[in-house]
Amino acid sequence: MKISMSKMNFNESLKKLEEKYKIYAPKLFPYAGRFSDTDLVRYAEVSTIEEMVFDKKSDFSPKEILLPQSETMFYFTEKEYKEPDVEEKGTLVFLKSCDLHSVKRFDEIYLKNKFSDIYYSQRRDKIKFVIVGCKTGFDSCFCVSMGTNIPEDYHMGINIREDEVELEILDEGLKANFQGQDKEFEIDKVAMNKIELNVPEEINLEDVINLDLWREYDKRCVACGKCNFVCPTCTCTTTQDIFYSENENTGERRRVWASCHVDGFTDMAGGHEFRKKHGDRMRFKTMHKIGDFKKRFGYHMCTGCGRCDDACPEYISFSNCIKKLTAVLGGEDE
Amino acid sequence: MNNIYMPSPYKILDIQQVTNIEWLFKVEFDRADEINYGQFIQISIPKVGEAPISVTEFNAEEGWIEFLIRKVGKVTDVLFDLKAGDTLFLRGPYGNGFPFDEKYKDKHLVIVAGGSGCGPVRSMINAVHKKFKSVKKMELILGFKDTNCIIFKDEITSWQEENNLVLTVDKMCEGDSCDLGVNEGLVTQHVDKLDLSNIDDLEVVIVGPPMMMKFAAIEFEKHGVPEDKIWLSFERKMSCAVGKCGHCKIDETYVCLEGPVFNYTKGKKLLD
Ligand SMILES: Cc1cc2nc3c(=O)[nH]c(=O)nc-3n(C[C@H](O)[C@H](O)[C@H](O)COP(=O)(O)OP(=O)(O)OC[C@H]3O[C@@H](n4cnc5c(N)ncnc54)[C@H](O)[C@@H]3O)c2cc1C
Ligand code: SF4
Ligand code: SF4
Ligand code: FES
Repeated sequence: MKISMSKMNFNESLKKLEEKYKIYAPKLFPYAGRFSDTDLVRYAEVSTIEEMVFDKKSDFSPKEILLPQSETMFYFTEKEYKEPDVEEKGTLVFLKSCDLHSVKRFDEIYLKNKFSDIYYSQRRDKIKFVIVGCKTGFDSCFCVSMGTNIPEDYHMGINIREDEVELEILDEGLKANFQGQDKEFEIDKVAMNKIELNVPEEINLEDVINLDLWREYDKRCVACGKCNFVCPTCTCTTTQDIFYSENENTGERRRVWASCHVDGFTDMAGGHEFRKKHGDRMRFKTMHKIGDFKKRFGYHMCTGCGRCDDACPEYISFSNCIKKLTAVLGGEDE
Repeated sequence: MNNIYMPSPYKILDIQQVTNIEWLFKVEFDRADEINYGQFIQISIPKVGEAPISVTEFNAEEGWIEFLIRKVGKVTDVLFDLKAGDTLFLRGPYGNGFPFDEKYKDKHLVIVAGGSGCGPVRSMINAVHKKFKSVKKMELILGFKDTNCIIFKDEITSWQEENNLVLTVDKMCEGDSCDLGVNEGLVTQHVDKLDLSNIDDLEVVIVGPPMMMKFAAIEFEKHGVPEDKIWLSFERKMSCAVGKCGHCKIDETYVCLEGPVFNYTKGKKLLD
């Protein structure tokens, strides 16, 4: 079903949907950005289309809806483990094509990879995805090179126009919520990015582990982990137990985002640490994004969203790193 | 859907001090029939955390499991404050253990273990020794830092009776006397004491600190043992043990899922 409707009517529909769904979209938080006087765009609950920000790239990805930065796995009472209550409402997430592709990568790890994760799957089952058309991307994007510019498996797609919204509704459950005029159109897609990469199809660890190019990052990378936290496909976590100060017999087990760039990610008892040099951590991340994930699951992990470049305080560019690697491995780039 | 992170409570049956920093915990366990040699369990202490610990011995009929635990940090510190009768929380068993039935059965099995590396291989050695499992022949090299660090002395004595067993310490301490017939030197220096006459029949298991495993594997290669007859057990930082948290990943391999036991053909490619 393809229709168009006014923004006012669209907002009315959202209002009704709010009874059953929590609605998430990128939202502007003034003066909360990376540098002073800059804004931050991150996913949060919204009620109207005017609150949604799609003309700027969201600094954080929608992954925090699927895997919160910190979540309680268990509450501990005297001698028992108790799971938290599950949210009753459904979730409606407005996102761009590249970010929906990242959900496929999350599913690969949290629903498959031998075991299925109940916290993730309970949230995942309740989510419906609304693709928001994207025509040009931003300076650091390379979705076309990663093949994530074409949306797949969405419940609804919209183009946000000057004074109307075009809707392609695929999900039966959502159809009744939107009334408008029939209209023929296509969801906007990025056809070309400023950055074009020729990512090698297969990279073997033994061919890259000793390359000199990683050494550039030994000093440049300060191991802050920002690139991992903003990445829509970084899925790593660590569990942490705490006890409550008011009653030491009670507490909880949480899991929080973890970063392979940050100290401690591989520390073992006895003080042994793998990948001490920051350049080796850059290599580990790079190989996961464009090498070993594909070896295991059949496609590249990186979606080309470019957020890691935008977030790095040292101006390290991941797409540049891919270019250098490709050049060394005898590809066509550079 | 079941929660893979939910541990179950089990009672500690017995705790024995093996060395100053290593204790043996015997714990009630109703799923010991699911365990394979070399697998591990997540030990969970509410409000403290979790730690992966190898199953060092188990008995399905009597319903118990044993852990050899070294006191090094948060979780293990708390374990050392517990006593028989206290409750532990466990989940698992996890990982791929030693492929005994597929690969070692009726072969000439050589096991080289260093220090607490004896933990993961102990149940397999006992199974062969007690004839629950059949091999053509079993030979052992067990290495420790010094004589004070030697663990499972009683069992070593009984293994020695029927198997070629080379016991070695890195350094003899002054006034050392040990009635087990201790040699001096690294495990790699004693490979010559093994019967390597029929390499076709051989399977070699090496478990210990990373450097020890690396050099022992190279030593066996030098003696003409093909890579695919060598087996290692890896240790990596783990948080989830179920392929989610990413801490244990090396290249495309999750040590918690595909390991900790690897054939050397694979293990030597797990670079870090
Ligand atoms: C497959 C597998 C099997 C294992 N089997 C066994 C086993 O059979 N027996 C066994 O004992 N262990 C085993 N381990 C290791 C065991 O999991 C770790 O020792 C354990 O996780 C430590 O947990 P913890 O909470 O006590 O330590 P943590 O609090 O997590 O401490 C470990 C970290 O803190 C640091 N640290 C701890 N104490 C100190 C200190 N005093 N000074 C400075 N730094 C410190 C360490 O360097 C390390 O980085 C195994 C590990 C794996 C992966
Ligand atoms: S690695 Fe960088 S470009 Fe690729 S998905 Fe992650 S944040 Fe986006
Ligand atoms: S954001 Fe930049 S400096 Fe920080 S860990 Fe990533 S690459 Fe290193
Ligand atoms: S321990 Fe979490 S992925 Fe292996």
